[in-house]
Amino acid sequence: MNLADLAAPEGSPKPDLYEKRKGVYPKAVNGNFRRLKWTIMLLTLGVYYITPWIRWDRGPYAPNQAVLVDLAGRRFYMFGIEIWPHEFYYVAGLLIMAGIGLFLVTSSVGRAWCGYACPQTVWTDLFQHVERWVDGDRNAQIRLEKAPWTSKKVVKRVTKWGIWLLIAVATGGAWIFYFADAPTLFLSLFTGDAPFVAYATIGVLTFTTFTLGGFMREQVCIYMCPWPRIQTAMMDEKSLTVTYKDWRGEPRSHGVKRSRENPGVFGDCIDCDQCVAVCPTGIDIREGPQIGCITCALCIDACDKVMGQIGRPRGLIDYATLESSELEAGGASVPSLKRTIFRPRTLIYFTLWAGIGLAMLFAVGTRDRLTINAIQERNPTFVQLTGGQVRNSFDVKIRNMENRPRTMTLELEGLEGGVMWAGSGNRDQALRAFDITVPADQLLNTRVFVAAPHDGEAREDFTFIVTATGGEEEETAFESARFSRPGAEQ
Amino acid sequence: MADKRVDEPTGTDFVGHEWDGIEELDTPLPRWWLIIFYACIIWAAAYTVAYPAWPLINSATQGVLGYSSRAELAEDMAAVEAERAPLRAAIAEISIEDLPADEQLMQTAVQGGRSAFIVHCVQCHGSGAAGSAGYPNLNDDDWLWGGDMAAIEYTLIHGIRNPNHDETRISQMPAFGADGILNDRQIADVVSYVRTFNGAEEASAASARGAELYTANCAVCHGENGGGDQTQGAPNLRDTIWLYGGDRAAITNTVTNSRFGVMPRWGHRLDPVTIRMLAAYVWSLGGGETAPTVPDDEGEDVAEAQSNEPG
Repeated sequence: MNLADLAAPEGSPKPDLYEKRKGVYPKAVNGNFRRLKWTIMLLTLGVYYITPWIRWDRGPYAPNQAVLVDLAGRRFYMFGIEIWPHEFYYVAGLLIMAGIGLFLVTSSVGRAWCGYACPQTVWTDLFQHVERWVDGDRNAQIRLEKAPWTSKKVVKRVTKWGIWLLIAVATGGAWIFYFADAPTLFLSLFTGDAPFVAYATIGVLTFTTFTLGGFMREQVCIYMCPWPRIQTAMMDEKSLTVTYKDWRGEPRSHGVKRSRENPGVFGDCIDCDQCVAVCPTGIDIREGPQIGCITCALCIDACDKVMGQIGRPRGLIDYATLESSELEAGGASVPSLKRTIFRPRTLIYFTLWAGIGLAMLFAVGTRDRLTINAIQERNPTFVQLTGGQVRNSFDVKIRNMENRPRTMTLELEGLEGGVMWAGSGNRDQALRAFDITVPADQLLNTRVFVAAPHDGEAREDFTFIVTATGGEEEETAFESARFSRPGAEQ
Repeated sequence: MADKRVDEPTGTDFVGHEWDGIEELDTPLPRWWLIIFYACIIWAAAYTVAYPAWPLINSATQGVLGYSSRAELAEDMAAVEAERAPLRAAIAEISIEDLPADEQLMQTAVQGGRSAFIVHCVQCHGSGAAGSAGYPNLNDDDWLWGGDMAAIEYTLIHGIRNPNHDETRISQMPAFGADGILNDRQIADVVSYVRTFNGAEEASAASARGAELYTANCAVCHGENGGGDQTQGAPNLRDTIWLYGGDRAAITNTVTNSRFGVMPRWGHRLDPVTIRMLAAYVWSLGGGETAPTVPDDEGEDVAEAQSNEPG
């Protein structure tokens, strides 16, 4: 049994259970939106490929790569900002901003993400340009697809797939540079010294780029991606979307000639099918808003060109809102673009989005680069010493989040008569404070023993103070702790 | 389906299912989805051939790749062992007194010792090494047989009061009451005197009488002023730390019947590196002593004693 049989059971009155993908051969088009797409493609691909190679000097104790996700070292570097694992909520904040940003963009300009900036769209677009360059434009592509497998077709296919594969490898290759020092990794990729996971990641991303950009294309948008469904739910009657103005276009004239011969009978649409020919997802926008439309606006470019040629005003297919469409169809005036975009809903989204962004910037600017944490040993909580004192021990963690080693003074506040010493130190030299050097950008974990006279409260509060001296600025952190004596048992 | 209805905008048939006005359309699945579905089935079938899968009566199919999770575990463990080998070798080689100064080795030893302690030692000394009546607290700085690294290691290897082991740490306090050396009255006096050392009792007529008895019977081991003697495991009587309790009844019991605390020896049961790790862990709990420094004249004995200890 082959799949074609399965897709169309012979003599069955029921509709097919499975449907083969219908080939889409979008025609090249020029225009404002095409230029916008070129610009955004250059920008996004440029950012993607170039970012890992930007250098950023952080001194001798930290990597000099501007954007680096150091998974093994558990650090995330982004230009002047360094994120520790416990600061991961900044990333959560970025995700919330991305979410609200999506609300903002979708409620004002519809599925602009899908049409211009989504990687699936950008790479598919790139692959389609390669396709046109190798196979020719729409009609040539259709002819070649139907042609038998002659040597000429084989050469063309191999050339096209080869270029796709190169792009796909470069795509996967660029991704891994975000996770290690790019120049070093680049060299080791060729010498074979790169870690297995680097090759595996390139392999997986090459495969996904090649198949999703080369063969799956609009199937990803229509069947796999949840984004379109979510975005549809976020649009309202005031969101801009690519619209065929049927009140102006219908009835269609099936050619300019009939339209000219019978003035007043037909609409502006001459049924030239240019909007369908250029569509990268192979839909007919004249059927109304639909899930397959990623609002790339190429049909607007195509239709505008035709309208120009037949001497009709542009904009038979254009960005419009549901509300303005109804107004325009009824002959009323349409609110300006400014009023369409700046309305309470979008302004509230923008305020929220900007507020979170500013709050995060403020938080990043004022965050501590030194923290201390002390946990009392509970098993046993206190120990009687031969000298008559009582001893507690604490696991003290000091984070030095600056990119230089710092000498710090750890001291006790409160706990009269108390002294302390580090686990690695000497108890005969116990004092109220001692110095400790914390390496650059490291967490120091040390056992601290604290001894105090036997007589006193069963539970006595005190404070550990750590002060980073040395360096331009003095930084201090506090940690409350509790000293236990006999009688503090449960 | 008797009445076939078509959804106007899409031209697709209705299936006939309806939920609160939302109806299901009979949209065909994309063919690639079907292909992936079949590929998954083939994958699953191949997987059961390649890997252990089908249960048989007394066993299960082994799979043609010969994979087993036990073998994988053994491999992983071997890899971990291999990774640890240099550190273990370094711990075995270094002089035990120098171990605490080597931060990385010491840290490794303490962590390894913590794990071994939980397996072998917690039964008596407790999970936090705080001990209980009769079982010493290893967190404090009161050591019966010495608390420097070498002394702790020696105790671990040879144990305390082990029968049939010549090098074991051994001493025996006489049972002054049970053996009839002192009578009850005398014992009470001695107890009074001993309890004046750390201030638990005021000096009294009884303690004055006890002082004489102490000098005659106890001072030879516990020292004239009750400071104890680590070379024979004689406890320090001046501190507030009492292995069997410091009240009158407990001390009276000790003097009358004596005690005979035993610790197993581990030298023949654990490998030398694990024992060193245990020593490092116990030492690190806060009471560890530095090895006695060797000042000129007294030094020879100490140095000699240490060189005799097997490592």
